[in-house]
Amino acid sequence: MTEQPILEALSICKQFGDVRVLNNISLKLGRGTVHALLGENGAGKSTLVKCIMGYYRPDDGQLLFEGREAQIVSPEQATALGIGMVYQHFTLIPNMSIAENIVLSRPNLPAVINWPAEISQLEQRMGEMPFQFELRRSINSLSAGEKQKVEIIKQLLLNAKVLILDEPTSVLTPTEADEVLDKIYQLTRDGKLSVLIITHKFREVMKYADDVTVLRKGEYIGSAKVADVDPEKLAKMMVGEETLTQAPSRASHKNRRCVVQIDKLTVNNEQGLAAISNLDLELYAGEIIGIAGVSGNGQKQLTEVLGGQRAPLSGQLRVNGQAFGASRREMVEHQFYCLPEEPLRNACVANLSVADNIALRKFDSPAFTSMKWIVKRKAIRDFALDLIQQYKIRTAGPEQNIGALSGGNVQRAVLARELAQALSVLVVSNPCFGLDFKAVADIRARLLEARNQGTAVLLLSEDLDEILELSDRFFVISGGQLVYQTTPQEADLQTIGRYMGGH
Amino acid sequence: MLKTVEIWCLSLGALLLSMLLIAAFIFTTGNSPSEVFHSLYRGAFGSWFSWQNTLVRAAPLMLTALCTALPARVGLIVIGGEGAMVVGGLTAAITGIAIQDAPSFMVMSAMMIVGGGCAGLWILAVGALRHYRNVNETISSLLLNYIAIAVLNFLVVGVLKDPATLNNPSTYSIGEKNMITSIGDSSVHWGLVYGLVVCLAMWFVARRTTFGFAADVTGGNIRAARLVGLPVAKIVLLSCFLGGAAAGLAGVIEIAAIQGRANSSLNAGYGYAGILVAFLARHNPLAIIPYALLLGGIQASGGLLQRAHDLPDATVAVFQGIIFMMILSSEMLYGRIKFLQPKSMIS
Repeated sequence: MTEQPILEALSICKQFGDVRVLNNISLKLGRGTVHALLGENGAGKSTLVKCIMGYYRPDDGQLLFEGREAQIVSPEQATALGIGMVYQHFTLIPNMSIAENIVLSRPNLPAVINWPAEISQLEQRMGEMPFQFELRRSINSLSAGEKQKVEIIKQLLLNAKVLILDEPTSVLTPTEADEVLDKIYQLTRDGKLSVLIITHKFREVMKYADDVTVLRKGEYIGSAKVADVDPEKLAKMMVGEETLTQAPSRASHKNRRCVVQIDKLTVNNEQGLAAISNLDLELYAGEIIGIAGVSGNGQKQLTEVLGGQRAPLSGQLRVNGQAFGASRREMVEHQFYCLPEEPLRNACVANLSVADNIALRKFDSPAFTSMKWIVKRKAIRDFALDLIQQYKIRTAGPEQNIGALSGGNVQRAVLARELAQALSVLVVSNPCFGLDFKAVADIRARLLEARNQGTAVLLLSEDLDEILELSDRFFVISGGQLVYQTTPQEADLQTIGRYMGGH
Repeated sequence: MLKTVEIWCLSLGALLLSMLLIAAFIFTTGNSPSEVFHSLYRGAFGSWFSWQNTLVRAAPLMLTALCTALPARVGLIVIGGEGAMVVGGLTAAITGIAIQDAPSFMVMSAMMIVGGGCAGLWILAVGALRHYRNVNETISSLLLNYIAIAVLNFLVVGVLKDPATLNNPSTYSIGEKNMITSIGDSSVHWGLVYGLVVCLAMWFVARRTTFGFAADVTGGNIRAARLVGLPVAKIVLLSCFLGGAAAGLAGVIEIAAIQGRANSSLNAGYGYAGILVAFLARHNPLAIIPYALLLGGIQASGGLLQRAHDLPDATVAVFQGIIFMMILSSEMLYGRIKFLQPKSMIS
C-alpha cells in the first residue's frame, strides 16, 4: 500500500454510436490493494476494464501503468505488461489439459512448442501458486470452482501484476467464493499483486476490498476507502435517488391447495447422464417455492421439463390432479407458464419482431384470429403496443426484431408476455440475471403480486439473496436432488452453503 | 419498412455483382459481354416466343422452389426437390396409365393427388428422419434424389417401358385426352397457373395463418416453440409434406402437360434450379414467382447463346452457379450494413 498507484485511468471516455458509455471516468489502483468497481448493469464497468485490457480503444483519456503512460491496443499487450483478467464466463478450452490451457494463452508462443520443457517449468512454479493442481488433468473434469481457480493461476503464471476479476464469484458457492477471495486477498498483502474486482455483492466489497469506485450510467460517482463507507451508502451511490418499485406485502392464503405435483422425476442431460434423479416436489397456490443451488445441479433440466423443452426419462408431472405433458392445450387449460433463463435463447425468436414475440402465447387464441386460422396482425400489434408501454420495454417499435433489444428489455418483453394472462402456475428461472436495480425491483414486485393473487410460483435462482427475499420456503438442489428444505426466516447461511457445495 | 428495403438492396446488389462476374466469364470465352447480355435478354424476354419459352420453364421452378422454401421456414435446408419431382411424376404417370380410360378430369385429379401425395411423403420422410433421428436433412434429401432417379431409370427400362420408345426409354403414355392443354393458342400450358396459384396460396399460409406463424416460430427458435407448447413435430412434418407435394406437382405437370409419359426429362434439373430460386427469394413464396421467371428466362436463352455466340452448353449452369454463390454470400451481410438498420435503442 504505497505511494504510487500501479494502474491509473484518467478521464476515460468511450462512446458507441450516439451513446456515451463512459464519461470522464478516473480510477486509481494502489499497489498491493484490492479495488472494487461497483455499479449496476450498464453502468460501464465492463467497458472500462475492456478499455484497460485493450479490447476497446478509449475515445479520450489516458492509462498509466506503473507511473508511465501506456497505450494498450490489444489484450496480448496487456498480458505482456502484466495485466491479466479473469472473465465471468470461463475461457478455458474444455477438452485440453490445464497445462495446455496455460501454455496456449502465453503471448509470443513459438510455432513449435517444446511441451516437456514447458510443463516442467510450470511444475516448478506451481509451488508458489495459491491453489494446487495436477497439471495434466483435463478441464472437463474440473468443477466450476476449480475452473475459476485455474483461470486465476493461469494469470499468475503469466506473471500478472494486476489482476482484473469480472464478477468472479457468481458461479461459486459462498464457501468457495470465500476461499478464492481469501487467497487473492493474501497475495495482495505481500504486495505482489494488485486486484481490480468487478462485483455487485456488497458483502465482498466490505470484507475484501481496500478501496471502492462507483459508476452509474457511465458517470464517475465517486471513490472511497472501504473503511469509510457502509453498504447503505454504497447502495445510494449505485442507484442514485431513483425510487424503486415497492414490493407488495405478502398476502396470506388460508387453505393450501396443491396445484402441481412432481413425482419421482428423473431427467437426463445431453450426455445421457442423470441430471435429476427421483425428484419429488409439490407447489401450492399462492406460494413461492425457491430452489437455490450452484448452477449446473439440474436446475436447467428441471426448467426444461416443466417448460416442455425436454422429455423426462421417468416420473410423473401432475397439474390440478391431471397428468401434464406440456402441450399448448394443457398450458392454456391449466394456466401453466414458464419463464426460463436466457430468454433470447430459450423463449424468444430473435429474428421475429417484438410484437410477434409478445404474441407467442396467444396468436392462435380467438382474440387474435378470425375464422380460427387467420392471424389478425393488427390485433397482435395493438396488444404488443399496450404491453410495451405498460412494461416500459425500450424498442424502436413493435416491428423491431427482438434480437436487437438489450438484455433487460428482452427480459421485460418475455415477462410481459407471461404475466399478461391469468396465471395459476409460473415457473421462473433466474429472472433477474443481468438486470439493473430498477428492473430487478420491478420484476420481483410483479412476482410477489402474482403470488398474492394465488399463483403457485416456482423460482429457480442462483442468487441466494433473491431466494431469501422472495420465497415462502425453499429447497437447496445439489447433484439433481433436493437435499435441504428451509424457510427464509429459519435459514442459516452456513448450513445452506454446505448443502449447496454438496457436503 | 426498412427490412424490405434491406432485402431489396442486398438482393439487387448481389445480382449486380453476379452480372459483373458473368461478364468477366463471358470475356474469357472471347465474346463481348454486352452482346451476350443482349442475346440473353432476347432469348428470355425479347419476344412473345421467348416469353412463352420462359414461362413454360418457370412453371415447374415455382413449384420445386417451394420444396426448399417451405421446409426452410421451419429451419430445414432440404435440397430434395429433384427427387420429389421424379417421385411425383413417376407415380402420377403410373396412376394415369392405370386409369387412362376414366373421364379425363378424374385422371388429372387422381394424378395430382397421388403424385403430390407421394412426393409429399418422400420429403416428409426427410423431415421425420431429421426430427426423430437427427439425420442431417440436407444430406438425406440429396441422397433420396439419387434413389428416386435410380428407381425411375429402373422402371422406364424395365416393367413400365413402352417398346416404342427406343432412343429415350419412357413409360407408356397416359393418353392424349388426359393431357393438360395450352392456354389459348400459346405454347404455355395451364401448369403455369397451377404454379402461380400454389405460390400465392403458400404465401398466404405463411404470412397470414396460425400455421404460418407457428412455422416461423419453430424455424426461428425451436426451443421457444417448445416452450409455448407448439406441436413442433407436426409443424415440421407438415411443412416438409407441403414442400414435397409442391415439387411432386411439378412432376405431374411435366408428365401431363409436356411429355405424356415418364422419362428422364423428370430429372432435367428443375429440382436443383428450384433450390436456387428459393434462396434468391429468401424462402418467401411470393418472391419465388419473379425469381422463377428470371431463372426460367436464363435457361430459355441457353439455346440462343449456343447458336449465336458459340458458347458451350454448360454456360447457363455457370450463370446460375455464379448467381447462387453471390446470393448466398449476401446472406451474411444482413444486419451488418449500418444505414439499413433501424435506429437501435440502448438502455
